[in-house]
Amino acid sequence: MFKFKHEALETNTGLLLVATMMAISIGGLVEIAPLFLIEDTMEKVEGVRPYTPLEQMGRDIYIREGCYTCHSQMVRPFRDEQLRYGHYSLAAESKYDHPFQWGSKRTGPDLARLGGKYSNEWHVQHLIAPRSVVPESVMPNYPWLLETRLNYADIGARMRTLRTVGVPYSANQEEYERNVKDFGVELAAQFHIPNARESLVAQVRAGNYDGDPTSVSEMDALVAYLQVLGTMVDFSKIKPEELVKFR
Amino acid sequence: MADEKAKPQGPQTTGHVWDGDLQEYNNPLPQWWIYGFYVTIVFALVYWVVYPSWPVGDGFLKGINSITYTNAEGQEERWHWNTRAKLLRETQEAALQQKPWFERIANLPYEQIAQDVDLMGFVRSAGRALFTDNCAGCHQVGGGGKIGHYPNLTDDNWIYGGTFDKIRETIVQGRHGYMPPFAESLSRGEIDALAHYVLSLAGEPHDAPQAAQGKELFHSHAGACYYCHGDDAKGRPDLGSANLTDRIWLWADVPGAPDVSSKVALVRQVIAGGLNRGNMPAWEGRLTEEQIKVLTVYVHQLGGGQ
Repeated sequence: MFKFKHEALETNTGLLLVATMMAISIGGLVEIAPLFLIEDTMEKVEGVRPYTPLEQMGRDIYIREGCYTCHSQMVRPFRDEQLRYGHYSLAAESKYDHPFQWGSKRTGPDLARLGGKYSNEWHVQHLIAPRSVVPESVMPNYPWLLETRLNYADIGARMRTLRTVGVPYSANQEEYERNVKDFGVELAAQFHIPNARESLVAQVRAGNYDGDPTSVSEMDALVAYLQVLGTMVDFSKIKPEELVKFR
Repeated sequence: MADEKAKPQGPQTTGHVWDGDLQEYNNPLPQWWIYGFYVTIVFALVYWVVYPSWPVGDGFLKGINSITYTNAEGQEERWHWNTRAKLLRETQEAALQQKPWFERIANLPYEQIAQDVDLMGFVRSAGRALFTDNCAGCHQVGGGGKIGHYPNLTDDNWIYGGTFDKIRETIVQGRHGYMPPFAESLSRGEIDALAHYVLSLAGEPHDAPQAAQGKELFHSHAGACYYCHGDDAKGRPDLGSANLTDRIWLWADVPGAPDVSSKVALVRQVIAGGLNRGNMPAWEGRLTEEQIKVLTVYVHQLGGGQ
């Protein structure tokens, strides 16, 4: 009869490799696979939508500047966090985030519910010189955001990339009409890839994020992104006990 | 000698031999460590039974532990233990403790709250927490504001009015400051004259003949400054126009400027370019009605409530 000896693993690299991969995939199967199968993983809430072209560019700047190294975007379901930051984050709220920005370390505060809390003006001032508004802040200055013109020539390509991983940006008429049904005419127009550059400029003109509606700066994009964080779901329409049942 | 030393004394070797003579001791772990390990296994088994654990099909083992909370209809509801249920329950317990305070705040008029020592103690602690989280980003922790950006809430100068009702209105709906630019409609000389007049109103050093010319312009149809700032230049809180006769400056740091020409330059900039800033977000919906009332009283007591 075959008798397994540990020495066989230790002296055979190929066998060791296969056995190691088997051990790791068991961990993966147990921890990851159920999330696709369990029906309660994702809450059924209304309002979550993809980012507009301008917000998406802002999100890319957020990642470029490494904001995530100090800021998380995930309010955990604890009372102290709820008091400080607002309603806890839902899985559904980051379903269009690739990659998500949950984070695991906070040097600065959590930003998951930042949108609408400060004025655009404050964000511009704070990003240029954080200590001018928060004296005890350790955040670096980002003065170039206001001076640098936003390069949005490749926004279409960025959206197409996200479309391949499941974000419902529309590339043709059929998908556009699906978006009209799901998100309404105004948003569907913003999610239409052939119109991306025009939508982006239009949002800058209308939103006046950096105080100058005529030019498209990186500040415009980043502030537009920061102002939408955590604002998509209207929690006043959701009973708290419904969310309890998704766990 | 060397051979004797190499021989293992107590513990045995694993039996592996490399390069002919390289051997490996097989030292068992200490007993306390082994038993500690067994205890963690038993702990895990108990944990699986009590708390949500293993995935099964399209669901998971919920555990026998449960949490009771009150739902929106006011009925008690039970659900298996999870962090969201725990948070809901904790939030409800805390709300229950604060309820008597918030209820009294909600039912009393502002003037009575301000005179009740106990209630003001609550306002100062709860209001401070609300203020530092929601307001201090702009108005600073003590409410002192920032010249050039955010108004000071501790002085008796109120752009939009400092009564309880006006402070509440500001918090609920937010504000947006606006002054039209005059660079196109007035000449450089006229704007400078106005700047001297504005400086004279605030008791700052200025050029008297120019200020006299500015005064005329201020009240004329061409300048029409009086329309928003009032005949007495004391501002109109219903419009949010500034009182120009006090020594308090928000948009131009006139007291900080060293000489007349730089003071004039600062005021000129405001008159020529106008203002389209001073945006305060609306807090309705973000804070509850009671929280806004507590904040209103808190801001009112910071210094200069009217």
